[in-house]
Amino acid sequence: MRTNIAEYSMISCGSLVQALEAMDQTPNPIPFAGGTDLMVYLHFGKLPIGTYLNLHSVPELRSKIEITDQEVILHGLTTYMDVYTHSFFKSEMPILQQAASVVGAIGIQTRGTWVGNIGNASPAADGVPALMLYDADLVLASRQGQRRVFLADYYQGYKKTVRLPNELILEIRIPRQKINTNSFVYYRKVGERNAQAISKVLLAARLEFWPSQTIKDIRIVYGSVMPYTYRMKKLEQHLLNQHITPQLIAEAVHWVGHDLKPIDDIRSNAKYRRKVAQNLMEEFLTQAQANVVFSEGK
Amino acid sequence: MDLQKITFRINGQVWQGQVHPMKRLLDTIREDIGLKGTKEGCGEGECGACTILLDGIPVMSCMVPTCQADGHEITTIEGLESQGQLHVMQKAFLQEGGAQCGICTPGMILSATAYMQHPEIAQTWANALSGNLCRCTGYTKILAACSSAQKDSCCHHCDSKTTPDC
Ligand SMILES: Cc1cc2nc3c(=O)[nH]c(=O)nc-3n(C[C@H](O)[C@H](O)[C@H](O)COP(=O)(O)OP(=O)(O)OC[C@H]3O[C@@H](n4cnc5c(N)ncnc54)[C@H](O)[C@@H]3O)c2cc1C
Ligand code: FES
Ligand code: FES
Repeated sequence: MRTNIAEYSMISCGSLVQALEAMDQTPNPIPFAGGTDLMVYLHFGKLPIGTYLNLHSVPELRSKIEITDQEVILHGLTTYMDVYTHSFFKSEMPILQQAASVVGAIGIQTRGTWVGNIGNASPAADGVPALMLYDADLVLASRQGQRRVFLADYYQGYKKTVRLPNELILEIRIPRQKINTNSFVYYRKVGERNAQAISKVLLAARLEFWPSQTIKDIRIVYGSVMPYTYRMKKLEQHLLNQHITPQLIAEAVHWVGHDLKPIDDIRSNAKYRRKVAQNLMEEFLTQAQANVVFSEGK
Repeated sequence: MDLQKITFRINGQVWQGQVHPMKRLLDTIREDIGLKGTKEGCGEGECGACTILLDGIPVMSCMVPTCQADGHEITTIEGLESQGQLHVMQKAFLQEGGAQCGICTPGMILSATAYMQHPEIAQTWANALSGNLCRCTGYTKILAACSSAQKDSCCHHCDSKTTPDC
Protein backbone atom coordinates (compact mmCIF):
# COMPACT_ATOMS: atom_id res chain seq x y z
CA MET A 1 0.00 0.00 0.00
CA ARG A 2 1.35 3.41 -0.96
CA THR A 3 -0.48 5.37 1.71
CA ASN A 4 0.22 6.39 5.28
CA ILE A 5 -3.16 5.98 6.96
CA ALA A 6 -2.09 8.07 9.95
CA GLU A 7 -2.86 11.11 7.78
CA TYR A 8 -6.55 10.21 7.62
CA SER A 9 -9.35 10.25 10.11
CA MET A 10 -12.55 8.25 10.07
CA ILE A 11 -15.47 9.03 12.32
CA SER A 12 -18.39 6.82 13.32
CA CYS A 13 -21.83 8.08 14.36
CA GLY A 14 -24.59 6.27 16.17
CA SER A 15 -27.52 7.85 14.33
CA LEU A 16 -28.50 9.69 11.17
CA VAL A 17 -29.02 12.94 13.10
CA GLN A 18 -25.45 12.77 14.36
CA ALA A 19 -24.17 11.83 10.90
CA LEU A 20 -25.88 14.85 9.31
CA GLU A 21 -24.45 17.11 12.02
CA ALA A 22 -21.00 15.71 11.29
CA MET A 23 -21.53 16.25 7.54
CA ASP A 24 -22.22 19.93 8.26
CA GLN A 25 -18.77 20.58 9.71
CA THR A 26 -16.02 22.39 7.82
CA PRO A 27 -14.32 20.87 5.97
CA ASN A 28 -17.13 18.45 5.19
CA PRO A 29 -16.32 14.81 5.84
CA ILE A 30 -16.42 12.42 2.88
CA PRO A 31 -19.00 9.62 3.10
CA PHE A 32 -17.49 6.15 3.28
CA ALA A 33 -19.88 3.29 2.37
CA GLY A 34 -18.65 -0.16 1.24
CA GLY A 35 -15.19 1.20 0.44
CA THR A 36 -14.83 -0.74 -2.82
CA ASP A 37 -13.99 2.47 -4.66
CA LEU A 38 -12.38 4.43 -1.82
CA MET A 39 -10.07 1.62 -0.63
CA VAL A 40 -8.68 1.27 -4.15
CA TYR A 41 -7.80 4.99 -4.15
CA LEU A 42 -6.25 4.51 -0.71
CA HIS A 43 -4.13 1.64 -1.98
CA PHE A 44 -2.78 3.70 -4.87
CA GLY A 45 -2.09 6.79 -2.75
CA LYS A 46 -4.91 8.68 -4.52
CA LEU A 47 -7.38 9.05 -1.65
CA PRO A 48 -7.69 12.73 -0.68
CA ILE A 49 -6.39 13.32 2.85
CA GLY A 50 -9.19 14.31 5.19
CA THR A 51 -11.96 13.08 7.43
CA TYR A 52 -14.23 10.24 6.35
CA LEU A 53 -17.62 9.30 7.77
CA ASN A 54 -18.12 5.57 8.32
CA LEU A 55 -21.67 5.07 7.04
CA HIS A 56 -21.79 1.51 8.40
CA SER A 57 -22.08 3.10 11.84
CA VAL A 58 -25.41 4.75 10.91
CA PRO A 59 -28.28 2.32 11.61
CA GLU A 60 -30.80 4.12 9.37
CA LEU A 61 -28.61 3.51 6.31
CA ARG A 62 -28.47 -0.21 7.03
CA SER A 63 -32.26 -0.67 6.71
CA LYS A 64 -33.52 -3.52 4.57
CA ILE A 65 -34.94 -3.01 1.08
CA GLU A 66 -38.54 -1.76 1.31
CA ILE A 67 -41.26 -2.51 -1.21
CA THR A 68 -44.47 -0.48 -1.09
CA ASP A 69 -47.39 -0.40 -3.52
CA GLN A 70 -45.83 2.52 -5.38
CA GLU A 71 -42.09 2.15 -5.06
CA VAL A 72 -39.01 0.20 -4.08
CA ILE A 73 -36.64 1.82 -1.63
CA LEU A 74 -32.94 0.99 -1.55
CA HIS A 75 -31.16 2.50 1.44
CA GLY A 76 -27.71 4.04 1.71
CA LEU A 77 -25.97 0.73 2.39
CA THR A 78 -28.03 -1.62 0.21
CA THR A 79 -25.50 -3.82 -1.60
CA TYR A 80 -25.59 -5.51 -5.00
CA MET A 81 -25.96 -8.85 -3.21
CA ASP A 82 -29.02 -7.58 -1.30
CA VAL A 83 -30.73 -6.96 -4.64
CA TYR A 84 -29.41 -10.11 -6.30
CA THR A 85 -30.77 -12.39 -3.58
CA HIS A 86 -34.13 -10.62 -3.17
CA SER A 87 -36.90 -12.48 -4.97
CA PHE A 88 -38.88 -9.34 -5.83
CA PHE A 89 -36.49 -8.07 -8.48
CA LYS A 90 -36.50 -11.15 -10.66
CA SER A 91 -39.99 -10.51 -11.97
CA GLU A 92 -40.38 -6.76 -11.75
CA MET A 93 -36.92 -5.24 -12.20
CA PRO A 94 -34.76 -7.97 -13.71
CA ILE A 95 -32.21 -5.50 -15.02
CA LEU A 96 -31.31 -4.45 -11.49
CA GLN A 97 -30.50 -8.07 -10.71
CA GLN A 98 -28.55 -8.46 -13.91
CA ALA A 99 -26.56 -5.32 -13.14
CA ALA A 100 -25.88 -6.60 -9.61
CA SER A 101 -24.46 -9.81 -11.03
CA VAL A 102 -22.05 -8.12 -13.48
CA VAL A 103 -20.40 -5.81 -10.93
CA GLY A 104 -16.94 -7.09 -10.01
CA ALA A 105 -17.27 -10.51 -8.38
CA ILE A 106 -19.02 -11.93 -5.32
CA GLY A 107 -16.67 -10.33 -2.77
CA ILE A 108 -17.35 -6.91 -4.32
CA GLN A 109 -21.10 -7.48 -4.68
CA THR A 110 -21.41 -8.30 -0.98
CA ARG A 111 -19.76 -5.04 0.05
CA GLY A 112 -20.26 -2.47 -2.74
CA THR A 113 -23.41 -0.35 -2.55
CA TRP A 114 -25.74 1.14 -5.17
CA VAL A 115 -25.41 4.54 -3.53
CA GLY A 116 -21.60 4.26 -3.64
CA ASN A 117 -21.84 3.52 -7.36
CA ILE A 118 -23.84 6.73 -7.78
CA GLY A 119 -21.51 8.66 -5.45
CA ASN A 120 -18.35 7.60 -7.22
CA ALA A 121 -19.76 9.14 -10.42
CA SER A 122 -17.60 7.01 -12.69
CA PRO A 123 -18.63 7.08 -16.36
CA ALA A 124 -18.20 3.28 -16.26
CA ALA A 125 -20.65 2.63 -13.40
CA ASP A 126 -22.77 -0.46 -14.10
CA GLY A 127 -25.39 0.04 -11.40
CA VAL A 128 -26.30 3.61 -12.34
CA PRO A 129 -27.60 2.84 -15.88
CA ALA A 130 -29.87 0.10 -14.49
CA LEU A 131 -31.29 2.49 -11.89
CA MET A 132 -31.75 5.24 -14.47
CA LEU A 133 -33.56 2.83 -16.74
CA TYR A 134 -36.23 2.43 -14.07
CA ASP A 135 -36.54 6.20 -13.42
CA ALA A 136 -34.88 6.12 -10.00
CA ASP A 137 -35.12 9.15 -7.75
CA LEU A 138 -32.62 10.05 -5.01
CA VAL A 139 -33.39 11.32 -1.53
CA LEU A 140 -30.61 13.67 -0.44
CA ALA A 141 -30.44 14.66 3.21
CA SER A 142 -28.59 17.33 5.14
CA ARG A 143 -29.08 19.00 8.51
CA GLN A 144 -31.22 21.56 6.68
CA GLY A 145 -33.69 18.96 5.38
CA GLN A 146 -34.33 16.52 2.56
CA ARG A 147 -34.85 16.92 -1.17
CA ARG A 148 -35.46 14.60 -4.09
CA VAL A 149 -33.47 14.62 -7.30
CA PHE A 150 -34.03 12.52 -10.39
CA LEU A 151 -31.01 10.28 -10.94
CA ALA A 152 -31.11 11.26 -14.62
CA ASP A 153 -30.53 14.89 -13.51
CA TYR A 154 -27.89 14.11 -10.88
CA TYR A 155 -24.81 14.32 -13.11
CA GLN A 156 -23.62 17.61 -14.58
CA GLY A 157 -20.31 16.58 -16.11
CA TYR A 158 -17.34 14.32 -15.43
CA LYS A 159 -17.49 13.57 -11.67
CA LYS A 160 -19.73 16.64 -11.25
CA THR A 161 -23.00 16.11 -9.42
CA VAL A 162 -25.73 18.26 -7.85
CA ARG A 163 -24.96 16.90 -4.36
CA LEU A 164 -23.95 19.60 -1.86
CA PRO A 165 -20.87 18.84 0.26
CA ASN A 166 -22.94 18.44 3.43
CA GLU A 167 -25.51 16.10 1.88
CA LEU A 168 -25.75 12.33 2.12
CA ILE A 169 -27.62 10.21 -0.37
CA LEU A 170 -30.11 8.60 1.97
CA GLU A 171 -32.27 6.48 -0.32
CA ILE A 172 -32.87 5.46 -3.91
CA ARG A 173 -36.56 5.29 -4.73
CA ILE A 174 -37.71 3.42 -7.81
CA PRO A 175 -41.32 3.50 -9.05
CA ARG A 176 -42.93 0.04 -9.35
CA GLN A 177 -43.02 -1.20 -12.94
CA LYS A 178 -45.98 -2.42 -14.91
CA ILE A 179 -44.82 -5.63 -16.54
CA ASN A 180 -46.63 -6.96 -19.58
CA THR A 181 -45.84 -8.93 -22.67
CA ASN A 182 -45.69 -5.71 -24.67
CA SER A 183 -42.55 -4.59 -22.88
CA PHE A 184 -38.92 -5.46 -23.53
CA VAL A 185 -35.82 -4.80 -21.41
CA TYR A 186 -32.19 -4.90 -22.52
CA TYR A 187 -28.90 -4.62 -20.61
CA ARG A 188 -25.57 -5.45 -22.13
CA LYS A 189 -22.14 -4.73 -20.73
CA VAL A 190 -19.19 -5.04 -23.07
CA GLY A 191 -15.89 -5.57 -21.23
CA GLU A 192 -12.69 -7.62 -21.33
CA ARG A 193 -14.08 -10.62 -19.52
CA ASN A 194 -17.14 -11.58 -17.50
CA ALA A 195 -15.92 -10.99 -13.95
CA GLN A 196 -13.83 -8.17 -12.49
CA ALA A 197 -13.89 -6.10 -15.66
CA ILE A 198 -14.81 -2.46 -16.01
CA SER A 199 -17.24 -1.71 -18.87
CA LYS A 200 -16.06 -0.35 -22.19
CA VAL A 201 -19.59 0.28 -23.42
CA LEU A 202 -22.90 -0.48 -21.77
CA LEU A 203 -26.45 -0.05 -23.03
CA ALA A 204 -29.45 -0.30 -20.72
CA ALA A 205 -32.76 0.18 -22.50
CA ARG A 206 -36.42 -0.71 -22.30
CA LEU A 207 -39.52 -0.06 -24.32
CA GLU A 208 -43.21 -0.75 -24.33
CA PHE A 209 -45.38 -1.11 -27.39
CA TRP A 210 -48.97 0.14 -27.38
CA PRO A 211 -51.22 -0.13 -29.26
CA SER A 212 -49.82 -3.17 -31.05
CA GLN A 213 -46.47 -2.23 -32.58
CA THR A 214 -46.27 1.44 -31.69
CA ILE A 215 -43.51 2.50 -29.27
CA LYS A 216 -45.35 4.00 -26.34
CA ASP A 217 -42.63 4.31 -23.74
CA ILE A 218 -38.85 4.05 -24.10
CA ARG A 219 -35.65 4.58 -22.09
CA ILE A 220 -32.14 4.57 -23.52
CA VAL A 221 -29.16 4.84 -21.15
CA TYR A 222 -25.50 4.50 -22.13
CA GLY A 223 -22.70 3.76 -19.67
CA SER A 224 -18.93 4.16 -20.24
CA VAL A 225 -19.40 6.17 -23.41
CA MET A 226 -19.93 9.77 -22.28
CA PRO A 227 -18.11 11.34 -19.27
CA TYR A 228 -21.07 10.30 -17.10
CA THR A 229 -23.99 7.89 -17.37
CA TYR A 230 -26.03 9.33 -20.21
CA ARG A 231 -29.73 9.07 -20.89
CA MET A 232 -30.56 9.86 -24.54
CA LYS A 233 -33.79 11.77 -23.98
CA LYS A 234 -33.90 13.31 -27.46
CA LEU A 235 -33.59 9.98 -29.21
CA GLU A 236 -36.28 8.57 -26.89
CA GLN A 237 -38.58 11.43 -28.00
CA HIS A 238 -37.81 10.76 -31.62
CA LEU A 239 -38.67 7.07 -31.39
CA LEU A 240 -41.94 7.57 -29.52
CA ASN A 241 -45.13 6.70 -31.41
CA GLN A 242 -43.21 5.02 -34.23
CA HIS A 243 -43.08 1.43 -35.47
CA ILE A 244 -39.76 -0.40 -35.52
CA THR A 245 -38.79 -0.76 -39.17
CA PRO A 246 -35.36 -1.27 -40.77
CA GLN A 247 -35.55 2.41 -41.65
CA LEU A 248 -36.18 3.43 -38.03
CA ILE A 249 -33.36 1.22 -36.77
CA ALA A 250 -30.98 2.82 -39.28
CA GLU A 251 -32.07 6.27 -38.09
CA ALA A 252 -31.50 5.37 -34.44
CA VAL A 253 -28.07 3.90 -35.19
CA HIS A 254 -27.11 7.03 -37.12
CA TRP A 255 -28.40 9.21 -34.27
CA VAL A 256 -26.25 7.34 -31.74
CA GLY A 257 -23.24 7.81 -34.05
CA HIS A 258 -23.49 11.58 -34.20
CA ASP A 259 -25.00 12.42 -30.81
CA LEU A 260 -22.53 10.54 -28.59
CA LYS A 261 -19.14 12.15 -27.93
CA PRO A 262 -17.35 9.09 -26.57
CA ILE A 263 -14.46 9.26 -24.12
CA ASP A 264 -10.95 8.00 -24.89
CA ASP A 265 -9.27 6.21 -22.02
CA ILE A 266 -7.06 3.32 -20.99
CA ARG A 267 -9.81 0.78 -21.63
CA SER A 268 -10.85 1.82 -25.10
CA ASN A 269 -10.96 4.64 -27.61
CA ALA A 270 -13.72 6.87 -28.91
CA LYS A 271 -13.97 5.23 -32.33
CA TYR A 272 -14.45 1.73 -30.92
CA ARG A 273 -16.94 2.97 -28.34
CA ARG A 274 -19.03 4.76 -30.97
CA LYS A 275 -19.19 1.70 -33.18
CA VAL A 276 -20.08 -0.66 -30.32
CA ALA A 277 -22.70 1.80 -29.02
CA GLN A 278 -24.28 1.76 -32.49
CA ASN A 279 -24.20 -2.02 -32.68
CA LEU A 280 -25.89 -2.31 -29.30
CA MET A 281 -28.65 0.07 -30.40
CA GLU A 282 -29.26 -2.05 -33.47
CA GLU A 283 -29.35 -5.20 -31.36
CA PHE A 284 -31.73 -3.68 -28.82
CA LEU A 285 -34.31 -2.53 -31.36
CA THR A 286 -34.06 -5.72 -33.41
CA GLN A 287 -34.52 -7.93 -30.37
CA ALA A 288 -37.36 -5.79 -29.05
CA GLN A 289 -39.21 -6.20 -32.31
CA ALA A 290 -38.58 -9.95 -32.41
CA ASN A 291 -39.21 -10.83 -28.77
CA VAL A 292 -42.31 -8.95 -27.80
CA VAL A 293 -45.53 -10.90 -27.75
CA PHE A 294 -48.32 -8.53 -28.62
CA SER A 295 -51.31 -9.05 -26.41
CA GLU A 296 -54.61 -7.44 -27.22
CA GLY A 297 -56.33 -6.76 -23.90
CA LYS A 298 -54.77 -4.38 -21.41
CA MET B 1 -5.49 10.42 14.13
CA ASP B 2 -6.48 8.61 17.30
CA LEU B 3 -6.72 4.89 17.36
CA GLN B 4 -10.14 3.44 17.99
CA LYS B 5 -11.18 0.62 20.27
CA ILE B 6 -12.46 -2.17 18.05
CA THR B 7 -14.13 -5.39 19.19
CA PHE B 8 -15.18 -8.33 17.05
CA ARG B 9 -15.29 -12.11 17.12
CA ILE B 10 -12.76 -13.88 14.98
CA ASN B 11 -12.91 -17.65 14.54
CA GLY B 12 -15.24 -17.85 17.51
CA GLN B 13 -13.11 -15.80 19.90
CA VAL B 14 -13.60 -12.24 21.00
CA TRP B 15 -10.79 -9.92 19.94
CA GLN B 16 -10.33 -6.36 21.14
CA GLY B 17 -7.66 -3.89 20.16
CA GLN B 18 -6.73 -0.27 19.50
CA VAL B 19 -6.56 0.17 15.74
CA HIS B 20 -6.58 3.03 13.25
CA PRO B 21 -10.17 2.91 11.96
CA MET B 22 -9.04 3.01 8.34
CA LYS B 23 -6.46 0.25 8.69
CA ARG B 24 -7.30 -2.51 6.24
CA LEU B 25 -8.95 -5.45 7.99
CA LEU B 26 -6.41 -7.58 6.10
CA ASP B 27 -3.55 -5.84 7.96
CA THR B 28 -5.32 -5.98 11.32
CA ILE B 29 -5.81 -9.72 10.90
CA ARG B 30 -2.22 -10.37 9.82
CA GLU B 31 -0.32 -7.84 11.97
CA ASP B 32 -2.38 -7.20 15.09
CA ILE B 33 -3.98 -10.61 15.47
CA GLY B 34 -1.12 -12.54 13.91
CA LEU B 35 -3.17 -14.84 11.69
CA LYS B 36 -1.17 -15.16 8.49
CA GLY B 37 -3.50 -17.51 6.60
CA THR B 38 -5.22 -14.52 4.97
CA LYS B 39 -3.04 -13.47 2.02
CA GLU B 40 -2.48 -10.27 0.10
CA GLY B 41 -2.26 -10.51 -3.66
CA CYS B 42 -3.27 -7.29 -5.37
CA GLY B 43 -4.48 -5.04 -2.55
CA GLU B 44 -7.13 -3.62 -4.88
CA GLY B 45 -10.09 -5.98 -4.68
CA GLU B 46 -9.27 -7.93 -7.83
CA CYS B 47 -7.69 -11.23 -6.81
CA GLY B 48 -9.58 -12.56 -3.78
CA ALA B 49 -6.45 -13.84 -1.97
CA CYS B 50 -7.55 -11.78 1.05
CA THR B 51 -11.10 -13.21 1.15
CA ILE B 52 -12.54 -13.70 4.63
CA LEU B 53 -16.09 -14.31 5.82
CA LEU B 54 -17.76 -11.34 7.49
CA ASP B 55 -20.92 -12.57 9.21
CA GLY B 56 -20.63 -15.68 7.01
CA ILE B 57 -20.46 -13.79 3.71
CA PRO B 58 -17.28 -13.54 1.60
CA VAL B 59 -15.65 -10.11 1.41
CA MET B 60 -12.23 -8.91 0.27
CA SER B 61 -10.49 -7.91 3.51
CA CYS B 62 -8.24 -5.45 1.65
CA MET B 63 -11.39 -3.43 0.90
CA VAL B 64 -12.72 -3.26 4.47
CA PRO B 65 -11.52 -0.60 6.92
CA THR B 66 -11.18 -2.21 10.36
CA CYS B 67 -13.78 0.08 11.98
CA GLN B 68 -16.43 -1.55 9.78
CA ALA B 69 -15.77 -4.92 11.40
CA ASP B 70 -16.56 -3.57 14.87
CA GLY B 71 -19.24 -5.75 16.46
CA HIS B 72 -19.17 -8.33 13.64
CA GLU B 73 -18.16 -11.96 13.26
CA ILE B 74 -15.12 -12.90 11.17
CA THR B 75 -14.00 -16.30 9.90
CA THR B 76 -10.55 -16.77 8.39
CA ILE B 77 -9.08 -19.95 6.99
CA GLU B 78 -7.70 -20.77 10.46
CA GLY B 79 -11.26 -20.91 11.79
CA LEU B 80 -12.70 -23.47 9.38
CA GLU B 81 -11.53 -26.63 11.08
CA SER B 82 -13.41 -27.82 14.11
CA GLN B 83 -12.00 -29.96 16.92
CA GLY B 84 -8.90 -30.75 14.94
CA GLN B 85 -10.91 -31.92 11.93
CA LEU B 86 -10.47 -30.13 8.64
CA HIS B 87 -13.61 -28.76 6.99
CA VAL B 88 -14.96 -30.93 4.13
CA MET B 89 -13.87 -28.25 1.67
CA GLN B 90 -10.31 -28.29 3.01
CA LYS B 91 -10.24 -32.10 2.78
CA ALA B 92 -11.53 -31.97 -0.78
CA PHE B 93 -8.83 -29.46 -1.80
CA LEU B 94 -6.24 -31.84 -0.33
CA GLN B 95 -7.66 -34.90 -2.04
CA GLU B 96 -8.17 -33.34 -5.45
CA GLY B 97 -4.88 -31.42 -5.51
CA GLY B 98 -6.72 -28.09 -5.48
CA ALA B 99 -3.67 -26.20 -4.20
CA GLN B 100 -0.32 -25.62 -5.91
CA CYS B 101 1.63 -22.65 -4.49
CA GLY B 102 -1.25 -22.14 -2.07
CA ILE B 103 -1.50 -18.35 -2.17
CA CYS B 104 -5.04 -18.31 -3.53
CA THR B 105 -6.13 -21.34 -1.51
CA PRO B 106 -7.40 -19.77 1.74
CA GLY B 107 -9.56 -17.31 -0.19
CA MET B 108 -10.68 -19.97 -2.64
CA ILE B 109 -11.74 -22.32 0.16
CA LEU B 110 -13.59 -19.59 2.07
CA SER B 111 -15.49 -18.46 -1.04
CA ALA B 112 -16.34 -22.08 -1.79
CA THR B 113 -17.61 -22.89 1.72
CA ALA B 114 -19.70 -19.73 1.73
CA TYR B 115 -21.30 -20.74 -1.57
CA MET B 116 -22.05 -24.19 -0.22
CA GLN B 117 -23.84 -22.58 2.71
CA HIS B 118 -25.51 -19.80 0.72
CA PRO B 119 -26.32 -21.17 -2.75
CA GLU B 120 -28.42 -18.07 -3.42
CA ILE B 121 -25.36 -15.84 -3.82
CA ALA B 122 -24.31 -17.17 -7.25
CA GLN B 123 -25.58 -19.34 -10.07
CA THR B 124 -22.64 -21.65 -10.65
CA TRP B 125 -19.37 -22.60 -9.02
CA ALA B 126 -17.57 -20.57 -11.67
CA ASN B 127 -19.57 -17.45 -10.70
CA ALA B 128 -19.04 -18.10 -7.02
CA LEU B 129 -15.26 -18.24 -7.50
CA SER B 130 -14.92 -15.61 -10.23
CA GLY B 131 -13.37 -13.15 -7.77
CA ASN B 132 -10.69 -15.63 -6.71
CA LEU B 133 -7.82 -15.76 -9.16
CA CYS B 134 -5.35 -18.63 -9.18
CA ARG B 135 -1.97 -17.55 -10.55
CA CYS B 136 -1.01 -21.23 -10.88
CA THR B 137 -4.21 -21.66 -12.94
CA GLY B 138 -5.26 -24.83 -11.16
CA TYR B 139 -8.93 -24.16 -11.86
CA THR B 140 -9.85 -27.64 -13.07
CA LYS B 141 -8.76 -29.23 -9.81
CA ILE B 142 -10.21 -26.41 -7.75
CA LEU B 143 -13.62 -26.94 -9.35
CA ALA B 144 -13.26 -30.71 -8.94
CA ALA B 145 -12.59 -30.16 -5.23
CA CYS B 146 -15.70 -28.01 -4.93
CA SER B 147 -17.95 -30.63 -6.52
CA SER B 148 -16.42 -33.36 -4.42
CA ALA B 149 -16.98 -31.40 -1.17
CA GLN B 150 -20.51 -30.73 -2.30
CA LYS B 151 -21.19 -34.43 -2.73
CA ASP B 152 -19.57 -35.28 0.60
CA SER B 153 -21.61 -32.76 2.53
CA CYS B 154 -24.92 -33.54 0.85
CA CYS B 155 -27.18 -35.71 3.00
CA HIS B 156 -28.82 -37.20 -0.13
CA HIS B 157 -32.06 -37.43 1.80
CA CYS B 158 -33.91 -34.42 0.53
CA ASP B 159 -34.92 -33.55 -2.99
CA SER B 160 -35.01 -29.82 -2.41
CA LYS B 161 -32.03 -29.18 -4.71
CA THR B 162 -31.23 -26.12 -2.67
CA THR B 163 -27.49 -26.49 -3.04
CA PRO B 164 -25.53 -26.45 -6.28
CA ASP B 165 -25.00 -29.95 -7.74
CA CYS B 166 -27.34 -31.37 -5.08
C1 LIG C 1 -12.25 -5.33 -8.03
C2 LIG C 1 -13.32 -4.32 -8.28
C3 LIG C 1 -14.21 -4.52 -9.31
C4 LIG C 1 -15.23 -3.60 -9.55
N1 LIG C 1 -16.09 -3.83 -10.58
C5 LIG C 1 -17.06 -2.93 -10.85
C6 LIG C 1 -17.95 -3.16 -11.93
O1 LIG C 1 -17.88 -4.19 -12.61
N2 LIG C 1 -18.89 -2.22 -12.17
C7 LIG C 1 -19.00 -1.09 -11.41
O2 LIG C 1 -19.89 -0.28 -11.66
N3 LIG C 1 -18.18 -0.84 -10.37
C8 LIG C 1 -17.21 -1.74 -10.08
N4 LIG C 1 -16.34 -1.50 -9.04
C9 LIG C 1 -16.45 -0.23 -8.30
C10 LIG C 1 -17.27 -0.27 -6.99
O3 LIG C 1 -17.35 -1.58 -6.49
C11 LIG C 1 -18.69 0.27 -7.16
O4 LIG C 1 -18.67 1.57 -7.70
C12 LIG C 1 -19.47 0.29 -5.83
O5 LIG C 1 -20.82 0.47 -6.11
C13 LIG C 1 -19.02 1.36 -4.87
O6 LIG C 1 -19.80 1.28 -3.69
P1 LIG C 1 -19.15 1.39 -2.24
O7 LIG C 1 -20.24 1.31 -1.26
O8 LIG C 1 -18.06 0.41 -2.09
O9 LIG C 1 -18.56 2.87 -2.32
P2 LIG C 1 -17.43 3.65 -1.52
O10 LIG C 1 -16.09 3.27 -2.01
O11 LIG C 1 -17.66 3.59 -0.05
O12 LIG C 1 -17.79 5.13 -2.02
C14 LIG C 1 -17.77 5.48 -3.39
C15 LIG C 1 -18.10 6.96 -3.55
O13 LIG C 1 -19.45 7.23 -3.19
C16 LIG C 1 -19.54 8.21 -2.18
N5 LIG C 1 -20.64 7.85 -1.31
C17 LIG C 1 -20.85 6.64 -0.73
N6 LIG C 1 -21.99 6.67 -0.01
C18 LIG C 1 -22.52 7.91 -0.14
C19 LIG C 1 -23.70 8.55 0.38
N7 LIG C 1 -24.58 7.91 1.17
N8 LIG C 1 -23.93 9.83 0.04
C20 LIG C 1 -23.06 10.48 -0.78
N9 LIG C 1 -21.94 9.94 -1.30
C21 LIG C 1 -21.67 8.66 -0.97
C22 LIG C 1 -18.19 8.18 -1.49
O14 LIG C 1 -17.89 9.39 -0.86
C23 LIG C 1 -17.27 7.87 -2.65
O15 LIG C 1 -16.99 9.03 -3.37
C24 LIG C 1 -15.33 -2.42 -8.74
C25 LIG C 1 -14.44 -2.23 -7.69
C26 LIG C 1 -13.43 -3.17 -7.44
C27 LIG C 1 -12.50 -2.97 -6.31
S1 FES D 1 -5.50 -8.69 -1.98
FE1 FES D 1 -7.57 -8.24 -1.63
S2 FES D 1 -8.46 -8.81 -3.48
FE2 FES D 1 -6.37 -9.02 -3.94
S1 FES E 1 -2.37 -22.36 -6.15
FE1 FES E 1 -0.96 -20.82 -6.68
S2 FES E 1 -2.27 -19.13 -6.96
FE2 FES E 1 -3.65 -20.73 -6.84
